[in-house]
Order: sequence, then structure tokens, then C-alpha cells
Amino acid sequence: MADEKKVIVEIKNVNKLYGDNHVVKDFNLDVYEGEFLTLLGSSGCGKTTTLRMIAGFEEPTSGSISVEGEDIHNKEPYERDVNTVFQSYALFPHMTIYDNVAYGLKMKKVKKPEIKERVTEMLDLVQLGGFERRYPSQLSGGQKQRVAIARALINKPKVLLLDEPLGALDLKLRKQMQLELKRLQKKLNITFIYVTHDQEEALTMSDRICIMNEGVLQQVGTPFDIYETPATKFVATFIGETNIFDGHVLLAENGRLHIAVEPGDFVVNGTDFISGDMLSVSVRPERMLYSETPVEGFNLSGTVKDQIYVGSVLKTVVVLSNGNEVKIERLAGQELPKGGRVYLYWNDGDAKLIHTFDNVFASAVENIVME
Amino acid sequence: MKRKTKAAVKKIAGIVFCGLVYLFLFLPIAVIVTNSFNATTAKPYLTWRGFTFDWYVKLFDNNTLLTSFGVTIAIAIISTLLATAIGTLAAVGMYKYKFRGKGLIDGLLYIPVVIPEIVLGISLLTLFSNTHIPRGMLTLIFAHTTFSTPYVIFNVRARLAGYDQSIEEASMDLGANRIATFKNITLPVLAPGISGGALLAFTLSIDDVIVSYFTNGQVKTFPLKVMESIKSGVAPDVNALSTLILIGTILLVILTKSDLIKKIKALVKR
Repeated sequence: MADEKKVIVEIKNVNKLYGDNHVVKDFNLDVYEGEFLTLLGSSGCGKTTTLRMIAGFEEPTSGSISVEGEDIHNKEPYERDVNTVFQSYALFPHMTIYDNVAYGLKMKKVKKPEIKERVTEMLDLVQLGGFERRYPSQLSGGQKQRVAIARALINKPKVLLLDEPLGALDLKLRKQMQLELKRLQKKLNITFIYVTHDQEEALTMSDRICIMNEGVLQQVGTPFDIYETPATKFVATFIGETNIFDGHVLLAENGRLHIAVEPGDFVVNGTDFISGDMLSVSVRPERMLYSETPVEGFNLSGTVKDQIYVGSVLKTVVVLSNGNEVKIERLAGQELPKGGRVYLYWNDGDAKLIHTFDNVFASAVENIVME
Repeated sequence: MKRKTKAAVKKIAGIVFCGLVYLFLFLPIAVIVTNSFNATTAKPYLTWRGFTFDWYVKLFDNNTLLTSFGVTIAIAIISTLLATAIGTLAAVGMYKYKFRGKGLIDGLLYIPVVIPEIVLGISLLTLFSNTHIPRGMLTLIFAHTTFSTPYVIFNVRARLAGYDQSIEEASMDLGANRIATFKNITLPVLAPGISGGALLAFTLSIDDVIVSYFTNGQVKTFPLKVMESIKSGVAPDVNALSTLILIGTILLVILTKSDLIKKIKALVKR
């Protein structure tokens, strides 16, 4: 990310509690002008609540949210320069498509000829020209979604908030709308904050992804960063498939770490650790390698349980001595005999080392503070 | 061949049965309408003595009957307005907010609907006489508002069942404040429920006899007047007024069922 980018939304130390239920915890995030930022997490992680606090439908219990440097705490939803695309579309059922899209302009008391011009232009932009006189009930799901987007964009908001807007569409339409949304965002150069639980969607569309779990921000970064260098074990397992080995550092010496995991041990590059540190090692299935003879530096072996040929790749499942399964994806090559012994290894740099002691420690501290 | 006859018999039987049901429903009304044009003057006014408009002429000379009709309409309009306003606000309030005792209030709503009207009439009479409210127009309006409000609530609530609250948020998100949102979004979307409830309240009020009987004082509503006059057989001028009311109602139904109102609106807009 270029660092001269201007911050448009600043979320500072925001907490949200419903009674005893701590939904968003000490949330800090800067959103840059013109970027496509995705809030990603499973349901109940606080991502929608965060979005609704920016829109003004919920108030933070503590902390502040600013848009363009201005604290919007005291502003009603109708006074904020942000617009929302709702999960349920929320189209006005008693109004035509034209009136739906024109609504924001009418509320801003824009003159009629200008409304007509801008609505027509906007409907053309979302490829719904000619649908002006129809009612929402006469449209398909995808068309309704376009109307909702057009309606939210007509006031030229500084930030567009999208709450799982493609959740109700079928897979094919969703893929198509993903690309279209991305195209719209680039064309209009409006900041999008997009909420989804679909990691693939997030990877496809976002400039940056912000991963949340149980109200806590886990990591913010580009799709590449998130996938390649996950900051926490949660991120590693949430984005894509991975193999996790929990263990600890036996010896740290000259930038080499000797790590013991339950069913074996190995040596990898690493500097951030000292002897005795607890850690998780994450290796993606497509980076995992195997050999039929022992590999130097690795003492990790198992038996082949299954091999599935799925066209582009060969998926192999190896069972370790402690019963854990390791997933391996290779471009189709020679097959291994079922039940045969294989030795696992990987290239230096393909294993991501994640401190776990820190996480345990952090949550322990948090628990003490909460009590 | 056999199958064909079977089908034909089935079809004819269906038509006959359907016809009988409709005959049963509409014959009494036809009798009233016919009798309003009957020239007979001998009680009980049932033998046909030729066609006449006399009863309609006589009707417009019968001031007490016309007054009673005016009273009925006035009470119906006022009590409908009150019941609609109270009922709509109650339904929206109970939909939007959670509060203690909501279940109880919910259940109590059914009481005025299910208890025999005579019980409601007597209890209202007791209430009014104990609080020294003089019986008359005012007590009639209170009474009618009381029994029609739950119907408005049920109707509006049925509409709310399929209501997506996020459209109100969307309206506010697009720059409309709360009042504008209620006016532009909430009210129009709920309108069919509200108008349905109002229509029901209006009809309930217009033909109510029992509750009115206990709460009217000296005021005579049209149904009460009719009840009084049938002691000596249904007078043909009552038939005449009934026929006029019938025509009025049918016109109203045609107006609401057809797209007439929409078309007029569209014309005015242009």
C-alpha cells in the first residue's frame, strides 16, 4: 500500500456491548480513500455491527469513529455522508425503480430535471436502463441488487458500506456481480467497506482484508499478505486450507530454529523466537512436499491414507503417528502406494511460524481485566 | 362415452349446487329490494300490488329515519378515525418495541373480539353510568371505538408480519429524517393494512345493534330505528333506505376492487 494515501474513515478504540455481550473489542482501523476494504469473519464476529456503527444505526459503547477527520458520533444516519447497501436489498416495495433510485436526491431537495438526468445515468451504469417504471417485485435477485447499489451510490457518498450484498445470489451470479462491483468501485473511485463471511469473495475483490474473530481484529493486509503471512493461527486456518503443527522451540541458533511438534521435529529458518517459545507452524497443502526417503533436517513421517486425483491436482492425505492428518496438494504426478511410509518436508520460507504463547497470554490478560 | 357423461353430470351438479348457495345468500336481499318498489299499503307489506317509487318519496319525508341514518354515519366515521389512529400506533408500537407485559397486552386484545357483544354492552353501560357520563353520541363513539380498535390492530399487524424494517433504515441512510421516513415509507407500505382495518371498523360500527342498544341514551342509530319499526312488519321505506345503502356499498366495492382510483390518481398526477 502506498503510504501517502489519505485516511477517510478512522475507527479508534471502539467497543460495542449489548448488555454483557462484548461484540466488538478495542477495534482500531484506518480506511484509506478509494480503497476496497473487506471486513471478513464468520457470523457473529462483529463485522456487521462495525459496519452499522459507521452507518449510524448502532452507537459505539466507547471509542470514536471519524469520517474525513470529523467525529460523527453525534450525527444521525441521515446526516452522514456514507450510504449502505443492505443484505436484504431493502428496496421500497411501493415505489418504482426510478423512484427508489431518486429517493436520496429527492431527500436532498435536488431539482427535478437534475434528478432525472442523474437517475438515468446511474441506472445505465448498473445496466438497468429501461427498468425505470417497474416495481421491485418484478425484478430478479440480481437486478434488485443492482438497484440497491444504484440507490446507495446516487448521493455520491464518501464511503459505501456493503453488508453481505451478494449473500442471497446463486454462485454464478455472485461471481459475476463480484467483478462488476469491483469495476464500479474502480470507475467511481469511491471507498468501499464490504462485509462478507466468504473468504474467496474477500480475496477476489479486496485491496485490503480485515479479518475479525469474536469481536477482535486479527489482521489487516492485502490478500497476498493475509494468505502468505498470517498473523495468527485463526487467520491461517480461516483463509484457505493449511496444515498446523503446534509445538515449541527446542533450540534457536544462528537464525535456525529446531522445533519440536508432537509427532516429530524439524529445523527451519527463523529469528523472532527464542528457546522455549510456544508456536504454531502453518504449511499450506500446495507447499507441503513428501519423499519416500528421509530428508535432512526433518523428522516427520506418516503413512499414506488416501490419494484423490481431482484433475488439476493430486490430493494426498498422510496420517502422522499421533493420528493427525496432513493434506498435500501436488500437480498430478506419480502415485504413492496406499499405506506406504512417506517423509514430509518443505522448502525454507514455506512454513509460517506463528507465536501462540502471545495469544494465550493476551487472552489470559484480557480475562483478568474483564473480571 | 361413459366417462364423458360422468363428467357432464359432475359439471351440472356443481353448477346446481353453486347456484343454490348463491340463491340462499342473495334471495333475502332480492326480497328487500323488490319490496321497496311494492305498491302495497296493507301490513305486513308482503303481497305484490304493483310497481311504485312512493316509498322512496316517503323516505325523504321521514325525518326521523333520515336523521338516524345521519347519526349512524357520523358515529361510524368518527369511531373509525379514532380506532384507526389508535390501532395503527398500537400495532406499530407492539411490533417495534419489546417491553414487559407485552404478551399479556397481546392476549387481552382478543377479549373484546371473542366476548359476547351483550357482555361488552352491559359492561360499557355499567362503566358509563358509574362514571356519570351522559349516554348519547359521545358514549356511542367511545363504545364503537372500543370494539373496532382490535380489528384495526389485527389488520395492521398482519401487514407488519411481512414488513422489512431495514427499508426504514435505508430511508434514513438516504437522508430522510424520522418524520419523513414515517410519511414516505412506513405509512404507504402499511396503507393496505390500515385501510383494510378502517373499512372493517366502519362496517362494524354502521350495523352494530347490541352494544349501541346499551349505550345510546336518547340517540337512535339507523339499526336501532329499524329494530323499533319491525315490530309492525318491515316498513317499505326502511326497505327503500336499505336498497339505497346496498347500492352505495356495491359502488364502494366496485371502486376499491377496480383500478379506478389508481387511474384517477394517475390522471391527476399528469
